[in-house]
Amino acid sequence: MQAAAQARRWYRQRISAMVLAICVLVHLATIVYAVRSGLSGEALLARTRGNLAFAAFYAVFVLACAVHVPIGLARIAEEWLGVESRTADIAANLFALLLVVLGFTAVYAMLRG
Amino acid sequence: MPPLRVSIWRGRLEGGFVDYEVPRQPSQTVLDVVTHVQRHLEPALAYRYACRVGMCGSCAMSVNGVARWTCRTHVAKVADGDRLEIAPLANLPVVKDLVTDMREFFDKWARAKGQFKGDRTRSDDFARVDPASPQRRLADAGVECIGCGVCYASCDVVQWRPDFLGPAALNRAWTLVNDERDRAQPARLRAVAGDAGCHACHTQGSCVERCPKHIAPTAAIAGLKRVTARAAVRGELGDA
Repeated sequence: MQAAAQARRWYRQRISAMVLAICVLVHLATIVYAVRSGLSGEALLARTRGNLAFAAFYAVFVLACAVHVPIGLARIAEEWLGVESRTADIAANLFALLLVVLGFTAVYAMLRG
Repeated sequence: MPPLRVSIWRGRLEGGFVDYEVPRQPSQTVLDVVTHVQRHLEPALAYRYACRVGMCGSCAMSVNGVARWTCRTHVAKVADGDRLEIAPLANLPVVKDLVTDMREFFDKWARAKGQFKGDRTRSDDFARVDPASPQRRLADAGVECIGCGVCYASCDVVQWRPDFLGPAALNRAWTLVNDERDRAQPARLRAVAGDAGCHACHTQGSCVERCPKHIAPTAAIAGLKRVTARAAVRGELGDA
């Protein structure tokens, strides 16, 4: 890959990693809170339904994953599986698309319950 | 002291370890052991050394599986009991026995634009560089590299991607990126970015762990990533 494109890709991966660091902490804290207070699935959905702040947070989480994950996956495919770089990029981007679809489906389900 | 049992790689790609018995000496280095074998037991043994005091970077070998400068490595520190296994550096083609072909290693320094390019002539005055400036300090941190190839032999990414420029070449480029007299920066940044350059580094830090001069090529590579990203965002790398 050309120098500038690779440098920008690294930049995107770094920024998305910063976003993910915050998202993962908030997400873990939420899970710990929900589990410790013994909330059921029903009770959780009752709280998240219609909650735009929750939906916005997880939308950002999904997007950060979709930016971050394919860059690393393409690398692993190239170096460990010997996949050609272009093929690895295409496969990784398709996987990112899958993450977006699955992620937003989950966000929508959480919002609409 | 019981004698050392030393296994030394003989041959090229095809070859094997041959065992020798070498008397122990106080303060004996691994290079002393190899020299003893060549002088007294196996005159045809090929190995490379020059200064014997850790300056020239020519005697690096793999000792009990770890790349080391052999002239400054004491047997007492690295021997496994009375056993020593000495092999040529990894990630480089073997010429014969313990001698590797370093061409690719040094060609990559050139490919990383490791040459200084100034714009002064002999009739100009000396450049005055503040020794305390942040840039000069960054250059200082990496400038003592002796080109021994230990980092290159210890790097997993070089093994996975043979075109990766490697820690030493990128460290050299970083010292020049921080040289305020140098005038080749855009071309250098283009040379060190990309799949074969700093962006291939996984930040595992084997080079930092093994460097006999205690240089941190991983930090240099991280610096190159930051600087190239900034240049790319500003459109200074050219191939947008």
